[in-house]
Amino acid sequence: MSDAVSLPRGYRRPADGDMPPNDSPAYRSTVLRHPVQPLVIIPQTLSEITGPVYEYGETGPLDHDLTRQHAGAPLGERIIIEGRVLDEDERPAPETLVEVWQANAAGRYRHACDLHDAPLDPNFSGAGRVMTGADGRFRFVTVKPGAYPWQNHDNAWRPAHVHFSVYGRSFLTRLVTQMYFPGDPLLELDPIFNSIPSERARSRLVSTFDLALTEPVWALGYRFDIVLRGRDATPTGL
Amino acid sequence: MRSLTPSQTIGPFFGILIPRRDTLVLAAEGTPGRITVQGTVRDGAGEPVSDALIEVWQADAEGRWSHPDDPRDPGPDGSFSGFGRIHVGVDGGFTVETIRPGSVPGPNGAPQAPHLVVGLFARGLLTRLVTRVYFDDEPSNATDTILTRLPTDRRSTLIAVRGAEGRYRFDIALQGPCETVFFDV
Repeated sequence: MSDAVSLPRGYRRPADGDMPPNDSPAYRSTVLRHPVQPLVIIPQTLSEITGPVYEYGETGPLDHDLTRQHAGAPLGERIIIEGRVLDEDERPAPETLVEVWQANAAGRYRHACDLHDAPLDPNFSGAGRVMTGADGRFRFVTVKPGAYPWQNHDNAWRPAHVHFSVYGRSFLTRLVTQMYFPGDPLLELDPIFNSIPSERARSRLVSTFDLALTEPVWALGYRFDIVLRGRDATPTGL
Repeated sequence: MRSLTPSQTIGPFFGILIPRRDTLVLAAEGTPGRITVQGTVRDGAGEPVSDALIEVWQADAEGRWSHPDDPRDPGPDGSFSGFGRIHVGVDGGFTVETIRPGSVPGPNGAPQAPHLVVGLFARGLLTRLVTRVYFDDEPSNATDTILTRLPTDRRSTLIAVRGAEGRYRFDIALQGPCETVFFDV
């Protein structure tokens, strides 16, 4: 099986402070869930450098518009979220799946385990998906999610956020994250957001209000680029 | 040069995007070489983790990846996608029906023992955990480049145990005496 193969390049590892450590006790759910043993550093092989590029299933024409998935319009502040998926070298990630899920405008998820005493909206499911274009660009239309309380500590509230899931070209570019909104006073109090050590890295999760993206008399626009791991300059020692 | 977007937890509510299901089927019944891998995700108190997402990525029976960076010609079963994801049950359980992958190339041309690559997300995990599933009836485990770099007493956490009817057992422990080996890759 030792085929003579030309070697694909691997992916750069995140810098210190860029990713939140799983051992982050201020976020209480981590206490019994973070591995205690150190992660084992392994070389990147073809197993990790490859990844599920084709396996997404179809996306429907309205999957990216969370305001048009039901008979009526959802309540709340209509917003546009647009951005690009690219890598650290600014190369776009074309034709990759971007998925979102979020609470409704009142801060309630359409999920059996969400017990927050806020109303569900019959016109809002809160999930969407879209493939990026050739330039890595994506666009969602939705409503701004509400903040909501959680049990982490006394008087704990999650800042308004939209969950994002992105694949990219490799198993190593896979990313699940959350997009926040500028100027939210809950950000500085949130242990999930503040689990990211570097302030500069945290700021990359805060979307930017963009008047150019805002559509007159219709919806505010927020810009959110997603940057995935870039490739090594030299091939791995496969 | 742009800076990486940091990871955040998948949280407890991703089920509105990816509903729970009993079984992830990567290979239909009757597919030659079909296997079943079953397990449970547990936390440091031994409690089931009911809000985990497991992603599986694997080569086909010939050890080829359905990906443009695999420089070899696609194998005869090039229709095999090799990818799936499953929102575990309320009991933390998951079942994956797939084919047994072939051996794949490793560093310096040495083959790697057959394995599944696994990504794990859950509430309480701020970044994805990565591990592998090997098979206990596979002699080449003894020379696998990844397995052999692990302390011997922890290797067994990555090895699925074959039981009745070709069903393999692979439990995932986030903490505890049998904590699964997770990788920095």
